[in-house]
Amino acid sequence: MAELMKIETQVELFIEEILHRHNQAEENRKRENQAAIRIQSWFRACRVRAYLSHLHKKAVIIQKIWRGFTARARFRQMVKEAYFIMKMNFYEEMAVRIQRRWRGFFVRKYTHNFYARKRYLRGVLVNNEFVRRDLDELEELQRREKNCLELVKEQTAKVYLAHRSHHLLSTKQCPGVFNPPFKPAPHEMEQLLRQVKYQPPTRLAPGGGTRVLGMPSPAALSVPWTRESPWIKTRRSCCSPRFTLPPIASKKQQGLLREPGEVWEQHVNCPDLTLRLQTSYTHLEEAQNHLQQLQPAKFYRRTIRTGNMLHNQGLNSDAFTKTAYAKKFIL
Amino acid sequence: MSQRQIIQAFEQYQKSRLQFVQTVSDLASRPQNIEMLQNAGVMSLLRPLMLDVVPSIQQTAALALGHLADHSDDLAEAVVKEDILPHLISSLASQNNSYKKAAAFVLRAVAKHSPELSQAVVACGGVDALVVCLSDFDPGVKEAAAWALGFIARHNASLSQSVVDAGAIPQLVMCLLEPKVTVKRIAASTLSDICKHTPELAQTVVESGAIAHLAQMILNPDAKLKRQVFSALSQISKHSISLAEMVIEAEIFPAAVVCLRDQDEFVRKNVCTLMREVVKHTPELSQVIVNCGGMAAVVDYLGNCQGNLRLPGIMMLGYVAAHSEKLAMAVILSKGVPQLSLCLSEETEHHIKAATVWSIGQIGQHTPEHAKVVATANLLPKLLELYMDACSSEDLQAKCKKALKSILQKCTYLPGLEPLLYDAPSNILKHVVFQFSKVLPHDSKARRLFVTSGGLKKVQEIEAEPGSVLQEHINAINSCFPEEIVRYYSPGYSEVLLERLETYQPA
Repeated sequence: MAELMKIETQVELFIEEILHRHNQAEENRKRENQAAIRIQSWFRACRVRAYLSHLHKKAVIIQKIWRGFTARARFRQMVKEAYFIMKMNFYEEMAVRIQRRWRGFFVRKYTHNFYARKRYLRGVLVNNEFVRRDLDELEELQRREKNCLELVKEQTAKVYLAHRSHHLLSTKQCPGVFNPPFKPAPHEMEQLLRQVKYQPPTRLAPGGGTRVLGMPSPAALSVPWTRESPWIKTRRSCCSPRFTLPPIASKKQQGLLREPGEVWEQHVNCPDLTLRLQTSYTHLEEAQNHLQQLQPAKFYRRTIRTGNMLHNQGLNSDAFTKTAYAKKFIL
Repeated sequence: MSQRQIIQAFEQYQKSRLQFVQTVSDLASRPQNIEMLQNAGVMSLLRPLMLDVVPSIQQTAALALGHLADHSDDLAEAVVKEDILPHLISSLASQNNSYKKAAAFVLRAVAKHSPELSQAVVACGGVDALVVCLSDFDPGVKEAAAWALGFIARHNASLSQSVVDAGAIPQLVMCLLEPKVTVKRIAASTLSDICKHTPELAQTVVESGAIAHLAQMILNPDAKLKRQVFSALSQISKHSISLAEMVIEAEIFPAAVVCLRDQDEFVRKNVCTLMREVVKHTPELSQVIVNCGGMAAVVDYLGNCQGNLRLPGIMMLGYVAAHSEKLAMAVILSKGVPQLSLCLSEETEHHIKAATVWSIGQIGQHTPEHAKVVATANLLPKLLELYMDACSSEDLQAKCKKALKSILQKCTYLPGLEPLLYDAPSNILKHVVFQFSKVLPHDSKARRLFVTSGGLKKVQEIEAEPGSVLQEHINAINSCFPEEIVRYYSPGYSEVLLERLETYQPA
C-alpha cells in the first residue's frame, strides 16, 4: 500500500509535474515561437541578402562592361570629331589663304588696278587738255564769227548811209563834203558813195521797213570771213537770181479790218451823176509817154545785166544756172 | 446831206475811241504812268472797250489791259475782279490773230504775279483756250499762248498739273519744231517751267518725246533759245536717276560741254546747272561727264565768271567729288582745287562760300592723298578762318566745321596741319592732335621736325581737361619723345630750374 501509496503519490506528483510542465510550456510557448520566428527570419534574410549581393555583383559586372564599351565608343567619336575639326580648320585656313591671294589679285587686277588708275588719271589729264584746247579754238572761232558779223553789220549800215546821203557825192564841177580839195585823198565815204549805185527809194521793201530796194540784201553779205567789200555786190543784188518775189497779199493784213465808215460808205454808195469823165482826156497821150519812158529803161537794164552775167561767169562755178535764170527774167 | 453827217458822227466817235485806246495803251507801256492811269479809273473805262464792235479797238484795249496787269499785282487783281477774264477767254477762240495775241498777253500778265491769280485764270478755263491757241497757224499766237501757259505753270505743281491735264505738252513739243526761233524759245521755257515741280510732270514731258527735240537744238546759234533748252533739260534731269539717264542718252554731252564757252553767260550757267543736275545722281553719270572732259570745262568756266553764276559749277565739282575717290582725284587733276580756292577768296556772299567749302570738304574727305592736296593748297587755315569768323553765317560755319573735320581725319600731311595747332578751337584741335598722335610714333623725321618747328611746345601749352580725348592724344604724342624734351618744352620749366638752383647746396 505504501507502494501504492507511493506510486499514487508519485502519480500525483507526476501529474502535478506534468501540469506544471504544461503550464510552463504554455507560458514559454509564445516566447519560444517568437524566438523561432526571429531565427528563421534572420536566416532567410541572410539568404536573401546573399542572393541580392550576388545579383548586384553581377549587375556591376554588366554595367562595368557596358559603360566601358559606350565610353570607348564615345571617345572614338570624339576623337573623330576633333580630327575632323582640325582638318576643317586646316582646310579653311588654306581656303582663306587661296581666297586671299585670289581676291588680292582680282581686286588689284580689275577694281583697284594701280596702273589702270594711273592710266585713267593720265587719260583724264590728257582729255582735259584736249577739251581745253578745243574749247579755246571754238571760243576763238566764235569770237571771230561775232566780229565778222559785227563788221558785216557795220558795212551794211555804211552802205545804207551812203544810199541815204548819195546827194553828197562830189561831181566834176563841185567837190562834195567828203572830198575836200585841200586834202590829198578823198574820204573813204566818198569811195563808198561812188561805188553805191543810186536808185530812187521808190517804196519800202515789204519785210524790213528800213531796207531800200537796191540795197545789198544781208543774205548777200552773210558769207563770213570774206573781206570782200559788200558794196561791190550792190549791182548784182538787184538782179541776182534770188529775186525777191512780190508780196502776195496787199499791205492790209486782214480782210476784216476795213474801216467801218468806209464799208458803210460803200454800202450806201449811190453813183453820182456828173458829166465828168472817169479818165482824163489826155489819158492816151500819157499812157504812150509812159510806155516810151519804160522802153529805154528796160534796154539799159538789159545791158547791165548781161555785163554782170559775164562777171558772174568768171566768179561762180554754177554760173550756168544763174545765167539761164537771169535770161528767163530778162525776156 | 444828213446821211453824211450821221456817218461822220459815227466815224468821229470810232476814231476817238480808237485814239483813246491807243493813247492809253501807249501810256500804259511806261511804268511811271500807270499809277496816274489807275487813279483816273482806266480799268472801268477799258472794260466796255473790250466789248467794242470794232476788233482793232478790242485788241488795243486788251493790249492796254495787258500792260496794266503786267505792271502790278493790284492791277492784275483788279482785272480778275472786273470779270474781264471770262470774256477774254471766250473770245480767244473766235477772234483774229492779233486779238488772240493780245488776250494771251493779258492772261500772261495776270498769271505772272501769284499762284492765286493763276488759279483764277485756270478757273475761268483759260488753260484750255490757250492750249487750243497753241495749235493755231500763226507763230505769234502760238508764242503768246505758250508764254501764258509757262507763266501759269511756273507757280506750283497743281497749276502745272492743270496745264498738263489740258493736253498742252504734245502741242508744246510740236511748237519746238516750229521754224520760228521765238516760238521754240518760249516752248522750251514753258516745258522747263512745267518740269521743274515734280518727277511725274517731268516724266510726262519726257514721254511726249521732248528730250530728242530739245537735244537737237543745243547747237542752235540763238543764245536765248539755248538758255531755255538747257534750263529745260536740267529741270528734267534733276528729279531722278532714270530721267537723268534719259537726258544723257540723248547724247547731248560733248556738244553741251562746248556751250560752256558760249558768248552768253546765262547759256553757260544753264549748261553748268544741267551738268550739276545730271552728276548728282550716280557715280556712273558723273563718270560720263568726266570722260567727255566736262571737268576741265567747268573749272575753266569757274575762272571766267563771277558771283552767282559760279554756284552751279562749284556745286557740280562737289557732287562729282562726293561719289568716289577716283572721281575726286579727277577733280583734283582738272585743277579744281586751286580754282575753288580762288572762288573762296574772291566771292563775298556767304552761300557761295558755303557751297565752295562743302565742295572742298567733298574733295578732301576720301584719302590722305586727297587731303594732302587740299592742305597744300593752303585751304585748311582759310576754312578755319571762315569757321572762326563771327560774321559768317550759321550755315557757312556748320559747313566749314564739317569739311574741316572730314579733311582732318584723313590728313597726314603734318606741315599743313601745324598752322592749325596755333589758333584752332578745342573741337578742331582734337582732330589735329589726333592726327599728330597717329603719325608721330612711326616717323622719326617728322618727330624731329615737330620739335624744331615748335609744335611740341605748342602741344604742351594746350590746356586739356584730364581724362578727355584731347588729353589722351597729347599723352600719346608725349610718349613719342624723351621725357626731358617734354619737360623742357613744358610751360614753367624755367621756374622749376631756378627753384632747383636755389635749393641746391654746394658740397
